[in-house]
Amino acid sequence: MNRKTTTLFALMVVIALVLGACGSPTPADSGDTAPIVETVVVTVEVPAAAPAPLPVPPAGYGVTLATVLERGVLICGVNSQVPGFGYIGADGSFSGFDVDYCRALAAAIFGDSTKVEFRAVTAAERFTALQSGEIDVLSRNTTWSTVRDTELGGNFVHTTFYDGQGMMVPTSLGATTLADLEGGTICVQTGTTTELNLADVMAAEGISYTPAVFEDADSTFAAYAEGRCDAVTTDKSGLISRRTVLANPAEHVIMDVTMSKEPLGPMVRHGDDQWFDIAQWTVFALISAEEFGITSANVADAKAAPASPEVSRLLGNEGDLGLKLGLSNDWAYNIIAQVGNYAEVYNRNLGPDTPTYIPRGLNSLYTDGGLLYAPPFR
Amino acid sequence: MTHATVLLRPKTRLTPAQWIRRNLFNSWGNAILTILSVWLTFVLARGIIVWVFTTAEWLVIRTNLRLILLGQYPIAEVWRIWLSAAMLSFLIGSTVGVWGWEKTRPVTRRIWVALASLPLVFVFTQTDSTNRLWLAALSILAVAGWFLGRPATRPLRRIVAIGWFIWPAIFILLLRGLTPEEGWLPLVGTNLWGGLLLTFLLTVVGIVFSFPLGVLLALGRRSELQLVRWFSIGYIELIRGVPLITILFMAQLMLPLFLPTGLTIDRVLRAMVGITLFSAAYLAENVRGGLQAIPRGQFEAAHAMGLNGIQTMGLIVLPQALRLVIPILVGQFIALYKDTALVSIVGLLDIVGIGKTVLAQPEFLGLQREVLAFISLLYWVVSYAMSYVSQRLEIAVGVGER
Repeated sequence: MNRKTTTLFALMVVIALVLGACGSPTPADSGDTAPIVETVVVTVEVPAAAPAPLPVPPAGYGVTLATVLERGVLICGVNSQVPGFGYIGADGSFSGFDVDYCRALAAAIFGDSTKVEFRAVTAAERFTALQSGEIDVLSRNTTWSTVRDTELGGNFVHTTFYDGQGMMVPTSLGATTLADLEGGTICVQTGTTTELNLADVMAAEGISYTPAVFEDADSTFAAYAEGRCDAVTTDKSGLISRRTVLANPAEHVIMDVTMSKEPLGPMVRHGDDQWFDIAQWTVFALISAEEFGITSANVADAKAAPASPEVSRLLGNEGDLGLKLGLSNDWAYNIIAQVGNYAEVYNRNLGPDTPTYIPRGLNSLYTDGGLLYAPPFR
Repeated sequence: MTHATVLLRPKTRLTPAQWIRRNLFNSWGNAILTILSVWLTFVLARGIIVWVFTTAEWLVIRTNLRLILLGQYPIAEVWRIWLSAAMLSFLIGSTVGVWGWEKTRPVTRRIWVALASLPLVFVFTQTDSTNRLWLAALSILAVAGWFLGRPATRPLRRIVAIGWFIWPAIFILLLRGLTPEEGWLPLVGTNLWGGLLLTFLLTVVGIVFSFPLGVLLALGRRSELQLVRWFSIGYIELIRGVPLITILFMAQLMLPLFLPTGLTIDRVLRAMVGITLFSAAYLAENVRGGLQAIPRGQFEAAHAMGLNGIQTMGLIVLPQALRLVIPILVGQFIALYKDTALVSIVGLLDIVGIGKTVLAQPEFLGLQREVLAFISLLYWVVSYAMSYVSQRLEIAVGVGER
């Protein structure tokens, strides 16, 4: 934020000085082109904030893409410890839902989904890493919120996964609503928004409970597994993957309550709108591809014989949508061919065949009752 | 060993039954204590033994062994680490050969032989033929080094000593690579360094660089130059006043914000610097303790011999002081080795960090105990080895005998 203002200010001063050296002390917006009769050396005191509408793109525009292209590899900040979203396989490579987004972005930029370098960043350092330019994009199950979108110097690109805080109880408890937990003990990880949400929601509904707080997710769920508390709460995605490893998953149920909105999505730095557009339209390309029924298997056929003009534009047969983003015209084709569409990415990491199965729910296309909706490609 | 003039008690060999009666059942009270302890040990250990051999799913370790040991280091480049290990093995072998094999006790010899043949044991656990060859090479090179070093002549010793100085440089060069693009020795970014490899690197760098820094600070704190003394005191007290994790957080989170745009310092390097600076402050105080134990007479005698200040320190005082603090320093280095686990909190994938990522693999969810037990074992083996080496070193330089 500060850096941007300083750069803008410096730019204004330079422009004002140039104008001043031409011998015209009037501000640039007067539109006055007085003929120069003789060259006079004039020392001009430039006003600090000359409010001139500048015909130049804002500072920082296009910088990130240029840096990434020059480096030849995209650097993506990811999580390395969340099953299904970001983890390291036995062969040493990263996998997961958030990781595949980075691959899609690399495919869009380079036409090669392998030209991405992953940095495992912790929750504490993720925003610093983004601000200081250590990573180009942050794709690490990060919740979109006002403070993070403003003060922390980043812009959320789009929600890629709609999550929400849930509550898991043993089936034997017979609890179906939060009110059934009156007077009970609830396991929760300390220092998280989860703990605060729990307190807020329970206070609002007037339910008394005893929180049992733990330092990390592992000990929280270990305590729940030992029966030290009546219920355990965290984001639903976490509950589902944790339930699969309990001794008897069928004996535990995730209550049908959502205690918070947790829209997760990638984040980019403030100040480079071109980069923001690229990151955002990569998400839209994934969603649109699912909507059009284009998969990595049939994308070549779809490009050869597009079903509609919009598909034709998406895949780069018509128009120059890719060039407008600063990419090649087959950017979306590369994403779909190398990474797949949203459904493929989802099913690969969180689908029914994986141990981390999470029902699509809100993460379905709007036509299927979900929230995924991409603007038109035109 | 000193010349013993004391009459030793004649050695009597006890039969096992006698030994048990004398040591475990020599009184009613002791007999009850023995039975109780055996029962308690049995109760406690049974669960662990049953778990280790039946319930535990060690497949998670087998599958991820490379990840735990080397992190994400590319498979195609692993030969560089093997090569460095082979050189190290040769170096250790020749060191043992050069520094008086004849003088070492039979027990120690047996330990060295066991260590040299250890890689051969692992040969049978490996399925990959390249790994088998490398493991065999480790053993062969250790023995070859020992054989070549046995004449123990002066030039040979010098060569071995030089080898120890060159090896770290070669190792880092091999590990990191030379050329940014494909070609001979492609660059391997530090973001791919991990596991035990990273833990070792952080420890070794921490020890090697904090040692001279710490000694300088200790001397500085006793210096007669006001400015030097106040700087040393300020540094030591400031660093000792904050926890290591704070320094690591500063290095990982705050430093990048202070640096000018575009300039980034490598994350691993930042952690190394943080650990070194932290360790140096503690080391300085330990060394100062050793310096204070040197009697005044030593300084005065040195001056009387006509030695100047630097000579007095370097030749008379420091060698004695450092010998005195070997046990404390080794204790500190072992602590440092374990402290490096904190870097997992700031996002580096050392053994603990990589262990956490292994736990996130969907096919191995919920195997915390197996992974943590294995990591603990790795920590214990290395810590114990360090402790053992220090005990040998103490005997070699005669701590507690003078």
